Amino acid sequence: MTDVMFTGTSSYLTDPALEAAVRTALVLEKPLLVRGEPGTGKTLLAEAIAEALGMELITWHVKSTTRAQEGLYHYDTVQRLYDSRFGDHDVRDIRDYIHMGPMGRAFQSPDRSVLLIDEIDKADLEFPNDLLHELDRMRFRVMETGEEVQARHRPVVIITSNAEKELPDAFLRRCVFHFIDFPDRELMARIVAVHHPGLNEDLLQQALDAFYGIRRMDRVRKRPSTSELVDWIAMLLASGVDAVELDRETPYLGTLLKKEQDLVSFTEHLTGITRRRH
Amino acid sequence: MFLGLLYRLRQLGVPVGAQEAKALADALAVGLHNGTPTDYYYTARAVMIHHEGHLDAFDRAFLAEYAGITGDIAVKDELREWLEHAASGEAPQLDFPELTPEQIEELKREFEERLAEQKERHDGGNYWVGTRGSSPFGHSGTPRPGIRVGGSGGNRSAVHVADARQYAGYRSDVILDTRQLEVALRRLRAFVREGADVELDVDRTIDETARNAGEIEIVTRPPSRPDTHVILMVDVGGSMFPYSRLMSQLFSAAKRATHFKELRTFHFHNIVYGQVYATERFTEPKWVHDLIRECGSHYKLIMVGDALMAPYELLASTPGLGGDSARRGGLEWLQILADHFSDSVWLNPEPQSRWDGTTIEEIGRVFPMYPMTVDGLTEAMARLNRSAPARVR
Repeated sequence: MTDVMFTGTSSYLTDPALEAAVRTALVLEKPLLVRGEPGTGKTLLAEAIAEALGMELITWHVKSTTRAQEGLYHYDTVQRLYDSRFGDHDVRDIRDYIHMGPMGRAFQSPDRSVLLIDEIDKADLEFPNDLLHELDRMRFRVMETGEEVQARHRPVVIITSNAEKELPDAFLRRCVFHFIDFPDRELMARIVAVHHPGLNEDLLQQALDAFYGIRRMDRVRKRPSTSELVDWIAMLLASGVDAVELDRETPYLGTLLKKEQDLVSFTEHLTGITRRRH
Repeated sequence: MFLGLLYRLRQLGVPVGAQEAKALADALAVGLHNGTPTDYYYTARAVMIHHEGHLDAFDRAFLAEYAGITGDIAVKDELREWLEHAASGEAPQLDFPELTPEQIEELKREFEERLAEQKERHDGGNYWVGTRGSSPFGHSGTPRPGIRVGGSGGNRSAVHVADARQYAGYRSDVILDTRQLEVALRRLRAFVREGADVELDVDRTIDETARNAGEIEIVTRPPSRPDTHVILMVDVGGSMFPYSRLMSQLFSAAKRATHFKELRTFHFHNIVYGQVYATERFTEPKWVHDLIRECGSHYKLIMVGDALMAPYELLASTPGLGGDSARRGGLEWLQILADHFSDSVWLNPEPQSRWDGTTIEEIGRVFPMYPMTVDGLTEAMARLNRSAPARVR
């Protein structure tokens, strides 16, 4: 079969579907597109893969203003202009002013690396399309010098996307896709155990009850996710709340619910007051 | 062996083609499936599916193709299946009053209770959820205000729609065909320069440098940012049912548009009465007065709907809503919106040939009305861009 296997790390738990998707992406050398609710560990997956395979992780955080070009390289004209004023720099070599972006660095890396393109859906409509050629051929040309940057090893490309915006078809077709489900109770208990080893079983069960209870409430608009549960339990532990109390009240609610409106809904739910609807 | 799966997926509307087939063949050639059905399932899914909205279709195709080799994947869809095999029958047209929100709540509760009691398929009759018959729940029944479950809106009179699938794809599923809409929406682009000076102003740098006798003088300016605020209000349910696909395309196009500084979307039923709703299920209401307070007149208002309704809805008030809204008719509410926003249009999916002599004509006097074709949309966007002085009516 293959020598590259990914089965998670000591702090990142996987399931067979995720392992199969990662394996497929590694072997076929296609980008792996990971989608799922916020807080399901999409970004952490790239870190875990880099750790498990002993590769360098190069991260490219995409923002609403990010353009594809920035991932490749950047020509610092202003710096060159400044340097030329005083004659104490040699500005003749344009290559000194070409800085590689994350993708360029991954291509130039002497060993196979993991390139994380994080939250690709944040950028403009055309952004993924602009990367098609580079992802396919794993090479690009620096216009200013005419040099071609060619990947020495095809990097392992992990792309994450919140389900916010649709990506272009042509782009999707080149990717291996995996959708991270929200963890069920059993997996969640294992995830919590990784972060809080030796946690009191009663406290864990009650915390999970409260957590999934809140997630099931229709009126809560921003549902708490894994990372919020882990933080919440850390808060409970730090303040010494014991399991019995959790039955009656839910302390440090602000860790789980981040919207004022949700806090109001939750309190109303507890006290059984339902406002008259218009 | 997997080509059958490929064509089943295509039948179910999942966009797969030669590229996916080749990728799967490559994966199988290197033995990624490990010779087990489960790994084959996961590998094939990772390669062929590109959207979580298609996962269900993949499961169905996989089951249909390989029933027998795997036993642990189940699809639960019984209720829908009953109702999809509905016997069709003509139902008499009747007129019903609008329901008040309280009555709607009551209906919802009853619906859920009855669904919980019910254990089998039911066609006809007047109590259980099923097809035909005159219970308020189900579809193709005698029209009376109630909750439709599955099927299509043959009688166009259900007040509320519980069919999650029909509208679930509002923001997903549609990628193809939305491009034309996106291109049209791009016409609503406007930019302002604001924020910190981080962008090099080449022209002014050259000017200043020349003025400075060749000594370099760098001039920077703030980057330009989108400055278009848009409110999109869409009629859902009832007579808009045939257009739900078009509506979902418009929604995904608007949501994907990155050139809006702000996009607020609302839903209404037939006509606006005092409030609009943030969700297509008519929850999270927003009072029109609050909306007008929050959004200045520079917001561009796009109304979308067939503007077809019983004529009394234009003028009659709704008794279910307290206070102010009880005194105003629908047309008056539309006028309030049209007066507040200096740029507004109404997009109508109904063919233009059918506009005359209907309520469309009336509403067309309040909002400039455009057909929902690519051309109509382009014209409407041009209209929104005018920012002209108050329209002459």
